[in-house]
Amino acid sequence: MEKTQKEHQITVSVSPHIKSEETTSRIMWSVSASLLPAAAMGVYFFGPKAALNLALCIISALLSEYAFQKMLNRKITVNDGSAFLTGLLLGMNLPASVPVYIPIIGSFVAIMITKQLFGGLGFNVFNPALIGRAFLLISFPKLMTIWTEPTAAFVRLDAKTTATPLGILKEEGVSKLMEVFGDKINLYTQLFVGHRAGSIGETSVIALLLGAAFLLYRGYISWEIPVSFLGTAALLAWVFGTKGALFAGDPLVHLLSGGMVLGAFFMATDYVTCPSIKKGQILFGIGCGFLTMLIRLKGGYPEGVMFAILIMNCFSPLIDRGFRTKVFGARKLATAKEIKK
Amino acid sequence: MSLATFRGGIHPPDKKELSKDKVITPARQPKKVVIPLSQHIGAPCKLAVSIGQEVKKGQVIGSPEGFVSAPVHASVSGKVLAIGEFPLPAGKMTTCVVIENDGKEEWATLKDNPDYAKLSPEDLKTKVKDAGIVGMGGAAFPAHVKLSPPKEKPIDVVILNGAECEPYLTADYRLMLERPGDIVEGLKVLMKIVNVAKGVIGIENNKPDAIKIMEQAVSGEPNISVCPLEVKYPQGAEKMLIKAAVGREVPARGLPMDVGVVVQNIGTAVAVYEAARYGKPLIERVVTVTGEGIMQPANLIVKMGTLVKDLIDECGGFKSEAAKIISGGPMMGFSIYSLDVPVTKGTSGILVLPEEGVLHAEDFGPCIRCGRCIEICPMGLMPSMLSVLSEKGFYEEAKEYDLFDCFECGSCTYVCPSKRPIVQLVRLAKSQVKP
Repeated sequence: MEKTQKEHQITVSVSPHIKSEETTSRIMWSVSASLLPAAAMGVYFFGPKAALNLALCIISALLSEYAFQKMLNRKITVNDGSAFLTGLLLGMNLPASVPVYIPIIGSFVAIMITKQLFGGLGFNVFNPALIGRAFLLISFPKLMTIWTEPTAAFVRLDAKTTATPLGILKEEGVSKLMEVFGDKINLYTQLFVGHRAGSIGETSVIALLLGAAFLLYRGYISWEIPVSFLGTAALLAWVFGTKGALFAGDPLVHLLSGGMVLGAFFMATDYVTCPSIKKGQILFGIGCGFLTMLIRLKGGYPEGVMFAILIMNCFSPLIDRGFRTKVFGARKLATAKEIKK
Repeated sequence: MSLATFRGGIHPPDKKELSKDKVITPARQPKKVVIPLSQHIGAPCKLAVSIGQEVKKGQVIGSPEGFVSAPVHASVSGKVLAIGEFPLPAGKMTTCVVIENDGKEEWATLKDNPDYAKLSPEDLKTKVKDAGIVGMGGAAFPAHVKLSPPKEKPIDVVILNGAECEPYLTADYRLMLERPGDIVEGLKVLMKIVNVAKGVIGIENNKPDAIKIMEQAVSGEPNISVCPLEVKYPQGAEKMLIKAAVGREVPARGLPMDVGVVVQNIGTAVAVYEAARYGKPLIERVVTVTGEGIMQPANLIVKMGTLVKDLIDECGGFKSEAAKIISGGPMMGFSIYSLDVPVTKGTSGILVLPEEGVLHAEDFGPCIRCGRCIEICPMGLMPSMLSVLSEKGFYEEAKEYDLFDCFECGSCTYVCPSKRPIVQLVRLAKSQVKP
């Protein structure tokens, strides 16, 4: 009897009957987890305000997603980690000093406008967190460029403000940068650890690299975009980095400062908005590196990672088309046709 | 040392440990068999018996119609009980002949001819054809058709497919361990039929003992070599195997004969040997009955037309949690809805999955363009694009993305983190447009 009952319960479905354990939400949560060391370093250097802003970004991103899907009677997907990741990334790209409404507006723009209005996960053209930040930077240029001086003291009442290394480089040149940090070794060390002014999650290069190594190990990102992005930027920084002299720039300063590492490993590699084809990703990375350095060296902003990635996002579909894979045996078919002629 | 392989592919858990040590044994005598008249790609057979007729083992009960077809023989001796429509593993209703087994095992024709190697290629091919041999890896394409390439397509190598890249299945593996000599003899017959000097046996590297035994078996054959292959699905797909074993790329939409290759399966080679030597028709085959949901996994010699139900019973029945039964492997096999379907010439395994191994129709997510499917597609397609186009009904556009070059290996669907039914969307698109 047991057996007959079971016979009625067998599942019938189309092949394949086995699937990998990888899921979209596992990827999203893993990427979020890989960002935590850098976010924690941000909180360590910039204090409770940084933690508050990160939390506000995440909560309002989740709420925006929930509200949109609820209003449109769609399936609620706040659990898939995607909105959490967007909120976290946006928060990490904000200065610690911004007032509480800034994260809320930014998350709204990122999730509602950039992601959901374009069709939701998988259909957005631009990286939602970066559009959120771009919107804020353009709408609130003053608030978005007040940088808290990093200290290791968690509780403090009088947060001083200061300029970012890239800001100093842009406004006052490399000699001023040396004056602030003492010597080169100290400069590199401070940049590497993240003891410098900047967005909450972008400063600690070592924490970011730790997370990136995890993602590379798990295969969630691949080397193509980060290497071509950073390589191009380093090359251009070396060749054109110093005014009036070629091949005299300091590539390391450029790589370690601003949002370069955060952008190259965590933002430019966003599946949805980067090319899907590996060869195309190299071109995409080169474009990001080139545009970043163009803005940093020639543009009006001290930092160019955000706009560089957003501009390259537009080209992702085109790049994919250009680097379209060739069907197995296609080359031989062409020869066969030629023979016929 | 890097092993021969192709670009792309996936690494699902191979699960072969369940049945790999089970020696091939004959299955119990079935009380009755349900033999379909169409067990191959091509025209169904014409009925050659009538209800009530007594038939002997190996007697033709369905004669081929047209060139791309293969005769069907009685797998038991006994009386024809019924002729009617019965479902096959894939779900299609097909005319079948039901024979009640009298248990006498009386052969119609079976004659040892130790001098079979002296027969002419034409005679050997006729024996293969008359034995109703088809590709036994699953596709069931009539063997003699593959062995009859047109004059303008010269063949210079025969490859035996011992990859058995589908997880769980061990039928070919056991044959290689237990009947290496017969496999080599079968290969030599195949080589003689197409008049080539070179034979290659491709075996995945997760079967080192099979590689060793086959290497020993061909040690006296300077023209035959064993090619260890990287363990990767779908290594046993014809085009992928050819690329790995001899480095040739079959043209898109082309056939192996376009690059001078004939591929046959290990089981087919054994059948060819038996046909050439004994005139034995293809009336039984090795079937792996396995999976976490079956009590005693086994590799059985099963008579064509034996019902899956009989095999399940013989293997001790289901463990209580058995939840899905698949004819074939987990990647390309068919889940069956009834245990009253017969084993056919293309049935390589019966796989029973327990509840935790079953993926229920799930809510799949949108494509997140992660590119995994593009990376692993052995055919160099863009499955993500095909799935999105098919989902939105842009079937003609899907054609532009080489829709019809997909052979539905399922690798893309296996890796997709959004659990999109990519292969099924491809099948849908294929059904909506002309190639």
